[in-house]
Amino acid sequence: MKKVELAHGAGGILMREFIEKEIKGRFKNEELNKLLDSAILKNKNKRIAFTTDSYVVSPIFFPGGNIGELAVNGTVNDLIAVGAFPEFISLSLIIEEGFSFEDLEKILDSVKEASERANVKVVTGDTKVVERGKGDGIFINTSGIGFIPEDIDLGYHRIKENDKLIINGPIGLHGFSILVARENIKVEGNLKSDTASLLELWKALYENKIEVHFMRDPTRGGVQGVLNEIAKESGYDIVLFEDNLPITDEVRGLSEILGIDPLLMANEGKMIFFVKASDAERALEVLRGCEFGRESKVIGEVSKSGGSLKLLTSLKVTRILDMPYADPLPRIC
Amino acid sequence: MCLGIPGKIIDIYEKDGVKFAKVEFGGIKREVCLDLTPEAKEGDYVIVHVGFSIQILDKIEAEETLKTYKEYLEKLEENEISL
Amino acid sequence: MKYLYEFREGSKVKLIIESIRKICKGKWTIMEVCGSQTHSILSAGIDELLPENITLVHGPGCPVCVTPKEMIDRAISLSKMKDVILFTYGDMLRVPGSKESLFKAKADGAKVKMVYSPFEVVEFAKNNPDKKVVFFGIGFETTTPCNATTILRARELNLKNFFTLIAQFRVPPAIEAILNDPFNKVQGFLAPGHVCTVMGIEEYVPISEKYNVPIVVTGFESFDLSQGILLLVSMLERKEKGVKIQYKRSCKPEGNHKAKEVINKVFKIGDLKWRGIGVIKNSGWVLKEEFAEMDANILLKEYFDEIEETKEGCVAALILQGKKKPSDCALFGKECNPLNPLGAPMVSSEGACAAYYKFKR
Repeated sequence: MKKVELAHGAGGILMREFIEKEIKGRFKNEELNKLLDSAILKNKNKRIAFTTDSYVVSPIFFPGGNIGELAVNGTVNDLIAVGAFPEFISLSLIIEEGFSFEDLEKILDSVKEASERANVKVVTGDTKVVERGKGDGIFINTSGIGFIPEDIDLGYHRIKENDKLIINGPIGLHGFSILVARENIKVEGNLKSDTASLLELWKALYENKIEVHFMRDPTRGGVQGVLNEIAKESGYDIVLFEDNLPITDEVRGLSEILGIDPLLMANEGKMIFFVKASDAERALEVLRGCEFGRESKVIGEVSKSGGSLKLLTSLKVTRILDMPYADPLPRIC
Repeated sequence: MCLGIPGKIIDIYEKDGVKFAKVEFGGIKREVCLDLTPEAKEGDYVIVHVGFSIQILDKIEAEETLKTYKEYLEKLEENEISL
Repeated sequence: MKYLYEFREGSKVKLIIESIRKICKGKWTIMEVCGSQTHSILSAGIDELLPENITLVHGPGCPVCVTPKEMIDRAISLSKMKDVILFTYGDMLRVPGSKESLFKAKADGAKVKMVYSPFEVVEFAKNNPDKKVVFFGIGFETTTPCNATTILRARELNLKNFFTLIAQFRVPPAIEAILNDPFNKVQGFLAPGHVCTVMGIEEYVPISEKYNVPIVVTGFESFDLSQGILLLVSMLERKEKGVKIQYKRSCKPEGNHKAKEVINKVFKIGDLKWRGIGVIKNSGWVLKEEFAEMDANILLKEYFDEIEETKEGCVAALILQGKKKPSDCALFGKECNPLNPLGAPMVSSEGACAAYYKFKR
C-alpha cells in the first residue's frame, strides 16, 4: 500500500512529482499550471496575485521568531515574488486542545507585528480546535492577496541569457536555526532564523525602475532546490559562483560539523532576484540601502539554454548541482 | 564519514569525571570530548570527529604544508622533487 | 575557519595541478581509498583538471557503503523490538537493507534516532534505564576509538541497558585485497588522513614493501588532495616506494597512542564481511569477550539471511574494488539513482556512485 512520505512535502524531487501528477493532473488550468509563487488572476485590466501557504514548523518558537511571523512573512514574500504589492491576508488557525493560551497570544501578537511591518491587513480567517493528541500544538494557514502594477510583468518567459542572480543576504540561516532547535544540537552561537518581509526591497527596486525579470524566495529545498526548478521551467542553465555565496561564520561552522550543505537549507527572509545584466550594479546599490538588503550580492548568472543548475567551483570547474531528493530536515516552515 | 574538522579550544572542563573542551568552529561553539587527546590545552586547535578530538593540530606543520607547494614549483626547474 | 579555508584556496590548488601536469610523463592509475577523499576530489573538480594520463580509481573507504546488508536488517529488527531505541549516525538512515532502510522503518513507527556523537547515546541510556539503548556503531578506524571510548564509558557507568551493534572496518586489509587481485591496475594509493591520524602509518609500510607501491597519506581539502597526488605522481615517476605523509598537521607516523590503547581495550581484530566484496580476513574490529554482554546481537533471536543478493546489473562490488567506474554501469543514472538506489555506493553521499551522480552527470 502506497504511503505518504515526509519527502512528499520537502520541496524536492518527490514533491515535484506529486504536484505534477496529483495536483496539476486533477486541477488543470492556466494559472495553476504555471506554478509560480502566487497565482496571477486577471479581472478585466487588473491583475491580482493570490497565494496560500500552510505553516507546520516545529518547534513553534525558534531562535529568531515563531510560527506567527513566519506565517505572515512567508505569504507576503510569495506575493512579492510575482511582483505584487501585498494588501490582504487571511489567518486560519488549527489549534490542539490544551495548547497554552499565553503561547497563543504571543503568536497572535507576532502575526500583528509582522502584518503591520508588511503593510497588510488580516481581513478574514478561521479557528478550529482539535482534540488533544491530534494536532501537534498549532498549524497556521495564511492566504494572501496583492496587486501587480500594470508596468510589471515577471515570469519564466522574461528570464534571459546573462541575467544576473542577486540575493539579499547570507543563506541557510532559517534551516540551520530550526535544525539546531529541533534536534537539540548543543551548540553556542549567534544563529537565528532570518524570517522577514521583503516589501522594502521590492518597493526600492520598483521605484528605482530596476529591470527585474523574475524573483523567487528560496524556502524549502534551499537555493539549490529552487534554482533547479527555475532552470528546468525557464529552459536555461543557471550558474552559481561558489566563491560569491554569502555564508555567515555560524552557518559555515555548523555545515562543516554536520556535513550539511547550506545550499540545501531553507531561507525565510531572502529573495533571489533575476536582474537584467546592465542593471545589476544599480540593483545592488538600491538593495544595500534597505534594512534586509545590506549584504546583497551577485551569486550567479543565467547561462545558455539547457535547464540545469551548475556550480562554478573555486577551481573554476563547472559541476552540476542536482535537484535535492528531500530536505536534510522536515518541517522547517 | 571521515568528517574531521579543526576547531580551537576555548575552554577545558570536567563533567562527571570526563575531560571536555568547548571548541570553536567558525562562529559556533560545541562540546568535544578530550579523552583521546588528554594533553590538549586551551588555545590548541584539535581535529574533531563525531564529538571527539582525535589529534592536536600541529600548527607548524600546517604552515609548512602551505609553504611546500612554492618549493615544489621552484625545484621543478631543477628537476628535483621531494617533500 | 582557520586551518581549513587556507587549504581550499583555488589559486593555490591550480598551481599544484599545473605542477602535476609538468612532472607527469607516464600513465598512472591511482586510488583514493576513502569516500571523503572521493567526495572532495569530485566536488572541487580536481579530476577534471588532472592530466589525461592519470586515472583516478575510487576505493572502498565508505563504511556506509560496505556495511553488510544483514547488519542493516539486524538494526531494523532491533529498532522494532519493544523497549528498544536504536541510535545511528545520519548517513546510515537511507541505506537499503534486504527489504527497507532504517528511514522507512522509522516512518513506519520503529524507534530510530539520529546521533551526532556517540556520547549522547550513553547520556540517553543513563537517563532512561527502562529502555534498551542500542548504538549502531559503524565506521573505519577514525571512528573506532570514539566508539570504543563510548563503550568504556557505558561500562564505567555500569549501564545494563546499553548495547552496541558493531561494524568497524580496517583499511589495510582492504588495500591488500585490492593489490592481491590478479586484475588489479592500481599502482599507487592516497591513504585516508584521519584513519592514519589514529593508527599511524605502521601498517602501511609492509604493504608498500611487499607490493612495491607508493602510498601517500592525504588530508581532505582540495589543497591536500592535489598536493598528495603531486607527491604520489613524483614517487611513481621516480619508481619510489614507501609511505609518505602529506597531512602532516594531523597525521604523525606513530598515530595517536591513546586512541590505539582505547581501541585495544575494547576490540580485537576479526574477519568481517564487506558488502559487495565478501569476507576479508582480519579486516574488522570485533568486541572482546569481556564486552560480550553489550553486543546487541544477544537481543536478537531471529536468523538473518546472509546470502548476498545483488540486483541484476548492479556492479557495486566492482566499483568498490575500483575495477569499474560508476559511469561504466549500464544502470547508472537510469534505474539506479539516489531516489531508487540499487547498490550501497549510490546511497551514501560518499559512495562513488552517489558522488558521480551528483557531480558528473
